[in-house]
Amino acid sequence: MDLQVFWFGLLGVLVAGYAILDGFDLGVGILHPLVKGDRERRIVINSIGPLWDGNEVWLVTFGGALFAAFPEAYATFLSAFYLPIMILLFALIGRAVSIEFRSKQKSRFWRRYWDWSFAFSSFMVVFLFGVAAGNAIEGIPIGADREFAGQLGDLVGWYPLAVGLFAAIAAAMHGALYLHLKTEGALQERIAAWRWPAFGLFLVAFMGVTIATLARHPHALRNFEQYPLAWVVVALTVLAIANIPRAIVKGQPGLAFLSSCGTIMGLVFDFGMALFPNLVVSSLDPSFSLTIRNASSSEATLALMRNIAFLGMPFVLTYTVIVYWVFRGKTKLDDFSY
Amino acid sequence: MDFDPVTLSRVQFALTVMFHYLFPPLSIGLGAIMVLLEGTYLKTGDRRYEAATRFFTKLFAVNFAVGVATGIVMEFQFGTNWSTYSRFVGDVFGSALAAEGIFAFFLESGFLAVLVFGWDRVGKKMHFFSTLMVFLGSTFSAVWIVIANSWQQTPAGFHLVGEGAAMRAEITDFWAMVFNPSAMHRLNHVLLGSLLQGAFFVMSLSAFYLLKKRHVGFAKRTFTVALVLGFVSSITILISGHAQANAVAENQPAKLAAFEGHFETGEGGADLYLFGWPDEEAREVKLGVALPGMLSFLIHGDTETPVKGLDRIPDDEEPPVAVPFVTYHLMVALGMFFIGVTSLALFLRWRGTLWDQRWLLKVFVVAVAGPYIANQTGWVAAEVGRQPWVVYGLLKTQDAASPSVPGEQIFASIVLFSLIYLALGALWVVVMNSKIQHGPEDPEGGDAEGHEGQIAVAADVLDPASPHHLTGRAAPEEA
Ligand code: HDD
Ligand code: HEM
Ligand code: HEM
Repeated sequence: MDLQVFWFGLLGVLVAGYAILDGFDLGVGILHPLVKGDRERRIVINSIGPLWDGNEVWLVTFGGALFAAFPEAYATFLSAFYLPIMILLFALIGRAVSIEFRSKQKSRFWRRYWDWSFAFSSFMVVFLFGVAAGNAIEGIPIGADREFAGQLGDLVGWYPLAVGLFAAIAAAMHGALYLHLKTEGALQERIAAWRWPAFGLFLVAFMGVTIATLARHPHALRNFEQYPLAWVVVALTVLAIANIPRAIVKGQPGLAFLSSCGTIMGLVFDFGMALFPNLVVSSLDPSFSLTIRNASSSEATLALMRNIAFLGMPFVLTYTVIVYWVFRGKTKLDDFSY
Repeated sequence: MDFDPVTLSRVQFALTVMFHYLFPPLSIGLGAIMVLLEGTYLKTGDRRYEAATRFFTKLFAVNFAVGVATGIVMEFQFGTNWSTYSRFVGDVFGSALAAEGIFAFFLESGFLAVLVFGWDRVGKKMHFFSTLMVFLGSTFSAVWIVIANSWQQTPAGFHLVGEGAAMRAEITDFWAMVFNPSAMHRLNHVLLGSLLQGAFFVMSLSAFYLLKKRHVGFAKRTFTVALVLGFVSSITILISGHAQANAVAENQPAKLAAFEGHFETGEGGADLYLFGWPDEEAREVKLGVALPGMLSFLIHGDTETPVKGLDRIPDDEEPPVAVPFVTYHLMVALGMFFIGVTSLALFLRWRGTLWDQRWLLKVFVVAVAGPYIANQTGWVAAEVGRQPWVVYGLLKTQDAASPSVPGEQIFASIVLFSLIYLALGALWVVVMNSKIQHGPEDPEGGDAEGHEGQIAVAADVLDPASPHHLTGRAAPEEA
């Protein structure tokens, strides 16, 4: 198999894993201020308590894998987005710290402060990833030397910002469906009621972003013309979206959450199809773009890393299954909770 | 103000990596101690060891969280600030970083959840297994990151392709890259430094409890476990450090000369400075006390053979001397101090008089700063002594930064990092301190915890080492 294509696919798997898993815990963070009262807020945080750190490792591994497989893209992309990446890092720090420290002191002020910091940093993380994805589709000024040749302002057009907002809304919906699974009683009833507005917003944002993408970037479809089979995935994505309200109405919250996982997987796939074979698109001249061909490591390294990935992935999946199994069921507070 | 991007990126890297490196050594070292304590519990069924493990779990979790938060910055900083470097080493360094994610971080973070939140959800064997896996995971992450860093110090198993700015290193032999000449020495050394960090941390808080006459039974047990670990590690780290210094002499003579302030090669044997101040203008060590011929002896086994000095290094490849010299000597001096203080304590422990030596316990309370300083200064010596190279002999630090990032932006991020890290450090202190003040039995605790707390207290009353017996001598063979 073509190793560069394989690595593009594997990075896609890592992004999808990250978006699905960290997606729900970031979404929970965005919704956090809507929950009132200390006990309920603690339940919300503890619903993701044992899981968020492991979920974030998908991002860390994505970073390492991008560095190993396509170092040129790693270097160009991260240095081009210098300030946004720094803000992203601050947000990731803020989030980890908020979760860890919030319940460690009794003071009301202390807890309030971390509650808001948790929500704001969760929002910023998803939003910035959305903005980055939007810029990836739109292209950024990359020169012949593969270095960023623009200004900070080139990164904040309305289209990337809209994609950022869409990402935040999608995460919030995903998080609401997750929270509904992990809570019970009165809290669960209130969360149940949020699912409809969340889904409504998601639908509107989804259509808006889809239309904007097709209008501004018709080239996003060129791979679909070449590989018509990809339309099947688009159709499945739409079915997954449609299945969310259906599952809610039929009282199958687990299925609703799975459908939203499927939706995210589908969206990541569509994103990958729109990008392939580019990694970083140059808005100055298409020939300056970094592609999986001109930005990759040597064949030998790609092959070696493929073997490492095959060796490691079964372990990773095993840990993930063990952890999710151990912490299945409704969230309860105990002595070790946050 | 001069916003030179390279200088600023160096400052930022030093700031973020040194801050990050405050936490991993404790995660690794405390992990090892938790494995020992919980293993003892599993073997003997003595619930006091379980209570001790539970207590340390809480401290561990806080430290780990800060380690993770600061580690993520490192993962992306190579690309943001050092894009030329990233292009150059991606093939090699990226591989190690990816392997770290796959093999180490997933293992750590997955089982961390079971370790911290799983006490009442899994059986005790499974729980012990999780503790073991977290320790293993953090060890693995040290393995990969140290391999990557060592490859920069002593590159091996690669060839160069491309020209000028587009030049990059590609792996030709994976195992030669992994086992590059300095990797295994440095890995041993870093892991031993981490064990020392864990041991001195536990000894510090145990000594604190003993001085305050709180949780005395607990403190004696944990102090003893940590003391043995600390003693063994401080002896072995000397051996490991010596082996490492020999390897540095062979692979990076300029660095060794900087460590030792060895300006002139000279004709005969080289002296070893115990302390002093290297004057880079005058090219000599001022106010120093030296053992004649000792440097030659340590490296060549006799006092006569000359050791390559800085005069034999081309001017544009000379490292700075003052910083590596001072940090290196500080580390070694601390290493000697650890050997001294742990041997003394072990001897008194064997004689049974350790718990009465209040002055020594006081020393242990503050000695926890020692491994922190030694771990930091060790890295500073290793990294500054490597200058001006970022990849030894291949790529200079000067040429490695991101050309497209304006200095102002880096300056802004340094300011923000400083503020955030200051707050983070303060939080770490506040929360760790309040946990330590609470002590092993958490009064807030749920049923299970409270129950165990009582068992532990009851056991302490029966224990010959209980608080009320403290005024007298403890029996030498008491555990
Ligand atoms: C000797 C060990 C060691 C060293 C030299 C470093 N780290 Fe570290 N790192 C760890 C040992 C460690 C650890 C023990 O595995 C951590 C520390 C905090 C923690 O408790 O896990 C960790 C956490 C950690 C994380 C978060 C992982 C997660 O989300 O679970 C990342 C991304 C990094 N590190 C990356 C780096 C990079 C890029 C470094 C080099 C510049 C680096 N670390 C130096
Ligand atoms: C592998 C990638 C690494 C790169 C590219 C790198 C590069 C650098 C650079 C450019 C500096 C500034 C040197 C100076 O100002 O003189 C530095 C300093 C430093 N690095 Fe590294 N380093 C790496 C890995 C590490 C690791 C894994 C550690 C350990 C945690 C580490 C510890 C340090 C320390 C403590 C300093 C401070 C030195 C000072 O104060 O100047 N480095 N590094
Ligand atoms: C007892 C005598 C010691 C000796 C002779 C010694 C020797 C050395 C040498 C030669 C290096 C540089 C290696 C290189 O640049 O490749 C080094 C680095 C280092 N040392 Fe030590 N050391 C000693 C004690 C300690 C102690 C007690 C600690 C921590 C508790 C420590 C922590 C470190 C660290 C973290 C580094 C940087 C990583 C590395 O290069 O391995 N050292 N040491």
